[in-house]
Amino acid sequence: MFMAEKRDKYLQLDEVIQQNKGKRGAVMMTLQAAQNIFEHVPRDVQVRIAEGLEVPLSEVYGVATFYSQFSLEPRGKYVIGVCLGTACYVKGSKNILERLAKELDVKVGSTTKDGRFTLRDTRCLGACGLAPVIMINDDVYGRLVPDDIPAIIEKYRAM
Amino acid sequence: MSMITLTIDGVQVSVPAGSTVLEAAKAAGIHIPTLCYMKGLNEIGACRLCVVDTGARALQAACVLPVSEGMNVKTNTPAVRNARKMNLELLLSNHDKKCLSCVRSTNCELQKLCNEYGVEDENRYAGSMTETHIDDKSPIVRNNAKCVLCRRCVAVCSKVQHVGVIGPIKRGFNTQIACAWGDPLADTACINCGQCIAVCPTGALTERDDTDKVYAAIADPTKHVVVQPAPAVRAALGEEFGIPMGTSVTGKMACALRRLGFDKVFDTDFAADLTIMEEANELIDRVKNGGVLPMITSCSPGWIKFCEHQYPDFLPNLSSCKSPHEMEGAVIKSYYAEKAGIDPKDIVVVSVMPCTAKKFEAARPELGHDGMADVDIVITTRELARMIKKSGIDFASLPEEDFDEMLGDSTGAAVIFGVTGGVMEAALRTAYEAITGKKLEKLEFMDVRGLEGVKEASYNLNGLDLKVAVAHSTGAAAKLLDAVRSGEKSYTFIEIMGCPGGCVNGGGQPIVSPAEREKHDPRVLRAQAIYAEDAAKSVRKSHENPSIMKLYDEYFEKPNSHKAHELLHTHYTARPKYK
Repeated sequence: MFMAEKRDKYLQLDEVIQQNKGKRGAVMMTLQAAQNIFEHVPRDVQVRIAEGLEVPLSEVYGVATFYSQFSLEPRGKYVIGVCLGTACYVKGSKNILERLAKELDVKVGSTTKDGRFTLRDTRCLGACGLAPVIMINDDVYGRLVPDDIPAIIEKYRAM
Repeated sequence: MSMITLTIDGVQVSVPAGSTVLEAAKAAGIHIPTLCYMKGLNEIGACRLCVVDTGARALQAACVLPVSEGMNVKTNTPAVRNARKMNLELLLSNHDKKCLSCVRSTNCELQKLCNEYGVEDENRYAGSMTETHIDDKSPIVRNNAKCVLCRRCVAVCSKVQHVGVIGPIKRGFNTQIACAWGDPLADTACINCGQCIAVCPTGALTERDDTDKVYAAIADPTKHVVVQPAPAVRAALGEEFGIPMGTSVTGKMACALRRLGFDKVFDTDFAADLTIMEEANELIDRVKNGGVLPMITSCSPGWIKFCEHQYPDFLPNLSSCKSPHEMEGAVIKSYYAEKAGIDPKDIVVVSVMPCTAKKFEAARPELGHDGMADVDIVITTRELARMIKKSGIDFASLPEEDFDEMLGDSTGAAVIFGVTGGVMEAALRTAYEAITGKKLEKLEFMDVRGLEGVKEASYNLNGLDLKVAVAHSTGAAAKLLDAVRSGEKSYTFIEIMGCPGGCVNGGGQPIVSPAEREKHDPRVLRAQAIYAEDAAKSVRKSHENPSIMKLYDEYFEKPNSHKAHELLHTHYTARPKYK
C-alpha cells in the first residue's frame, strides 16, 4: 500500500515536470506542485525535478531554500509558527521562540524527533493586537509570556 | 542600428540602443568601478559598486541600467562616492578580514576597491556574521567567510562550463554560495576545473595549497625530488613577477625550479611528445581497424571528469592515453629510475600545472603502478609563484637555463598542448607523416587555432578522410557532444579542453580580473607566447624528438606496445551526476 502510494505520487510529479519543462519559472511551479503532492520536498524529489527539467540541482535547491513555503523535511503533526513581525517582536516574541525551542528540544525550522512538532518563525500573522502571537496549526494563542509555553505544549502532546 | 545620445560627467557619447550606462561610460572613457560584473556572463546589479546618479530618486546600478536619450549621468559626485564607500563597508561587515594571510592579498578586488575608496574603518558596521564553514574536501577550497556573493563563480560554473554545482542557497542574511544540500564539492559533479577560482574577486575560492608537501619532500635527504612543469605554465608564470602578459619565461622557470632545490628539472613537454606518439598511433589504429570513433583526447582532467559524470556514453571514445604529466611520472618512476639506479619508491614526482583538476587526477587510484602513484604532488602556477617568492628568488633577474636531459627535451608540437587546438595540431603533424609517408611542409594547421567555441576542419591524408573538431570549455564540449550524439555531426577525432582557451587559461593560472580581461585577453596573449615558442623550436614534430626515439628504442619498443599500455594508458569510470 505504502509503495503504491509513493509510486502514484512520483507519477503525479513526473506529469507536472512534463507540463512545465522548458517554461519560464518551471522550477518554482514544479516545486510548488511537489510540495503539495509530498507535503515536503526531500532530496530525491529535488533530484527528480532537476533531472526532469534538465536544470542543475543547485538551482532547484536554491529556490527551495529561498522561499519559506517549501519544507525540506516532513512537517510535524503540529506546525508551530511564532510571529516575529514588528509588534510581536517588540512584545518579546523572540523569548517565546527560544522557550519553545528549549521545551521541544528542536532548532527553529526543524521538526522534533518524534515527528509531532515543527517549530518555525513567521512574518506578521495579522493579529498584532494580541502580540506576542503564536499559531499551532489553526489555533491562535496571544498575549503570551514564556512561562505559558509548557502548558500549551502539554495540551498538544496529549492530543 | 538606432543610436542613443547621453551625457556622462559632461562628456557626450552616442551608443547603440540597448546598451547599459556602464557600456556607455566605457565608450566615453569613464571608469565606473565594478565587482560582481562580468561582461555578458554576470550582469545582475548585485554589488552596487557601479551606482551612478541619473537624477532619479535613488542611485542606480550602471551595469544593468539601459541608456535613454538625453540621459544625464554623474559618476563622480560626493553622494555617489559615499554610497560606494558605504557599500564596501557593508560588504566588509560580513567578511573575514584576514588580509595578511590571504593568498589573494594584493590582487583581491575587494581589497583594492576599499583602498581606492578610502575605507578607513573596516569595522564600521560590525555585528553578527553569517555562519560559514570551509569546504576543503576537494582541490577547490571554498571559504564563504570571504565570499561577497557576487555570483561570478556561479555564472562561470553553470553558463560557461555547464557544470552548475554551486548556486545561491537560503535567503537574505543567510544567503551563501553552496552546493545543493550543503554537500562538499567533492560529493558533487564538480570537475575541479577551477574556473570559479579564476573569476573569484576575493579569497573565497582557492586551490588546496600543497606547497608544504613540496617543501617537506625537498628537505627530506632520502627523497629524490623531480619536478615537471606543463606547457602553459611558462606562458603565464612571469605575470606573477611583473613580466608583461604574453611573455614566455621557460629558461627562467627552469632556473627557478633548480634553485628551489629540485634534484631533477624535467619537462612535461617531453611527455606531451610521448602522448602524441601514443595518441596519433591509437587514432590510426582505430581508423584502420574499426575502433570506436570519434576518438576524443584525454589530456584535460576537467574534461575527463565532466565526461564521466555527464556524458558516460562517450567513455569508450576517450583515448586511453594518460595525460602528459601522468605519462612523465610513469616514465620517471620506471625508465628514469632504472637508468639512474634509484629505487622508484624514493622518487617524489612534483607536477607544476596551470590546472586545479590535475590535483584530483593525480590522486586517481588507476594512475600508478606497483602501489605507487605516477605523480605524487601537483601544484598550480600560482603555488609555484608563491614558492619562488617565499624562497627569496628574484625571478625577473634569473638567467635562462635548460631542462635536464633524458626527460626534458621537447618539440614545438609539445609546447602547443597549452592552447586550445594544440593537441589536435600536434597529432596532425605526426599523423600526416605516419599516414602519407611524406614530409609535412607547412606545419601550422590554422583551422584548429583560435578562440571560436567549436572549430572544425577536414583533411584528406592519402585517401583517408579525417574530420576533426576542437572544443574548449566543457560547455562548448557539451554542445559538440550533443550534436555527435544526435547524429547531426560526425567526426574522426575531437580535441576537448576543459577550460576556455585551453590550459593557458586554466584554473591554476595567475588570476586576471574580468575588468582586466576586457582590456587584454590572457587566452590570446598567452597563446601568442606559446605559438612563438613553437615557431622558434628547431624540431617541431613529436616523432622527431631524439629523446623520444631513444625512449622507444631502449624501453617501449614501439607506440602502443604492451609495455606502453601498462605504463602510459588508463581507463575511465562512469560517475553519477547526483549522489
